[in-house]
Amino acid sequence: MSASAARLIKPVLYGYFRSSCSWRVRIAFALKGIEYEQKPVNLIKDGGQQLTDQFKAINPMQQVPAVTIDGITLSQSLAIIQYIEETRPEPRLLPADPKQRGQVRIICDIIASGIQPLQNLYVLQKIGAEKVQWAQHFINRGFEALEPILKQTAGKYCVGDEISMADICLVPQVYNAERFKVDMSQFPTIRRLNQTLTEIDAFKVSHPSCQPDTPDDLQA
Amino acid sequence: MCTIHGLKYMIHLPQRRKSSTGVPSEEEPAEQPVLYGYFRSSCSWRVRIAFALKGIEYEQKTINILKDGGQQLTDQFKAVNPMQQVPAVTIDGITLSQSLAIIQYIEETRPEPRLLPADPKQRAHVRIICDIIASGIQPLQNVYVIQKIGEEKVQWAQHFINRGFEALEHILKQTAGKHCVGDEISMADICLVPQVYNAERFKVDMSRFPTIRRLNQTLIEIDAFKATHPSCQPDTPDDLQA
Repeated sequence: MSASAARLIKPVLYGYFRSSCSWRVRIAFALKGIEYEQKPVNLIKDGGQQLTDQFKAINPMQQVPAVTIDGITLSQSLAIIQYIEETRPEPRLLPADPKQRGQVRIICDIIASGIQPLQNLYVLQKIGAEKVQWAQHFINRGFEALEPILKQTAGKYCVGDEISMADICLVPQVYNAERFKVDMSQFPTIRRLNQTLTEIDAFKVSHPSCQPDTPDDLQA
Repeated sequence: MCTIHGLKYMIHLPQRRKSSTGVPSEEEPAEQPVLYGYFRSSCSWRVRIAFALKGIEYEQKTINILKDGGQQLTDQFKAVNPMQQVPAVTIDGITLSQSLAIIQYIEETRPEPRLLPADPKQRAHVRIICDIIASGIQPLQNVYVIQKIGEEKVQWAQHFINRGFEALEHILKQTAGKHCVGDEISMADICLVPQVYNAERFKVDMSRFPTIRRLNQTLIEIDAFKATHPSCQPDTPDDLQA
C-alpha cells in the first residue's frame, strides 16, 4: 500500500475508557480534528484483554494505548502524540520556542514517567492491599513538584496561553488523582488549569464518561 | 582523563567552536552547561552521553542520592528541581529536568550530530524505545521506589526490567540495524545502555535478550558511552572506579 493510501485509512486506537494514557491520545486526535476508530481493550475483563497473544502482537509491552496509523503501529502515548504532531502539524501541540518546548516536555515527563507509571493498574495490582496509599503518595509527590513548576510556566494553559502536550497529560492525571481521592486543595494552579481545560470540547468529548466502552453505570 | 580497565587515556571530543572574535555571541553563551547528576544514575548517564555525542563541554555538580539521607532532598536542590531528582541541567540561562526533555532541548538547539532520525516514523520508533525505558522500566526500579518496596526490591526491579526488556527485545529485532533504530545512533541507544547497566546490577539474566546484548556491546565501545560510564565520573567512589 502506498504511503498516501495508508493515510486515507482512519487511524485505529486500541485503548480503554478509563486509561489516562489512552485519554491523552484521544485528546490529541480531537484537538487535531482527526477522526479515528476505537477498538477497546478491557484491562480488567477476562483477566485483562491486553494480555492476549492477539494484543501482544500489536503491542509487545501489553499496554494501552496503541495506535495503527499511516500503515504502522505505535505505542507509548507521548510517542504516538509526537508522531501525530509531526505529521499533522495544525493546530500545534508544542510551542515554537525550544525553551518553552523544554518546559512542556518536563511537565509531560513528570506525569508520564514520574507519576502515572507508579499508579497504573498493573503496578497497583502488584502492590496489593496498600495500593490506594501508594497511588496517593506518588500522585502527591508529582503534583507537589508540578504545582511550583506550573506557577512559573502557566498562562491560560500549562505553558503560556496555547494548549500543548502538557495540558493533554495534565487533565487525565487530575482525573486519576480524583479517583484516588487525592486532596487537590493543595494544588490551586493545577486545579485552575484543569478547570479551564475540562471545558474545552476536545477534552470533553474524549472524557472517560462518554466513550464507546464506558460502562452504563459510569456514563455521564 | 579517564581510567577504564586500568588504562588512562584522554577522550578527545570535538570542541564547540567559539565565534571568530573569541567573544561569545548571543548564539554562543559563555557559560558551560551544568549537570546536576550522580555517577550511577542511569538518567544522569543518558544526559552525559548526549553531551558527549554532541561534543558539548559541561560542568558536573554531584548530587549524592545516598549520602546524608540523599542530597537531592535538600532545600537547595529542591530549588533547582522541585521533583528532587537527578538529572537537572542549567543551560542557556534556564534549568531543565527530566532527562529526555533535557536531551531533546539539546538536540533542538545543537542539532549536530543528530540524535533523532529525519523520518517521522523512525523518529516514533526511537521514542517508543525511549519511553518503554524511561516510563516503563526505570521509574519502577529507581532508588526512591525500591527503598519503598523494601526487602523484595531485587525481585521487584528484576520483574520490571524483565518485563520491559521482553517487549524491547521484540521491538528491537524489527527496528535495529547497527544501532537501535537503523544504523545511526539515536536517543534510543542513549536510553538503552544505562538501562542494561541497571539490569546487570540487578543480575537480570541477559541471555534471553540477544538483540539488546548485541546492541549494547556495540555501543559501549563508542567513546561517548565509555567516557560517560559510571565507573569514571568525578563522583565515582574509589572502589567502583574502573
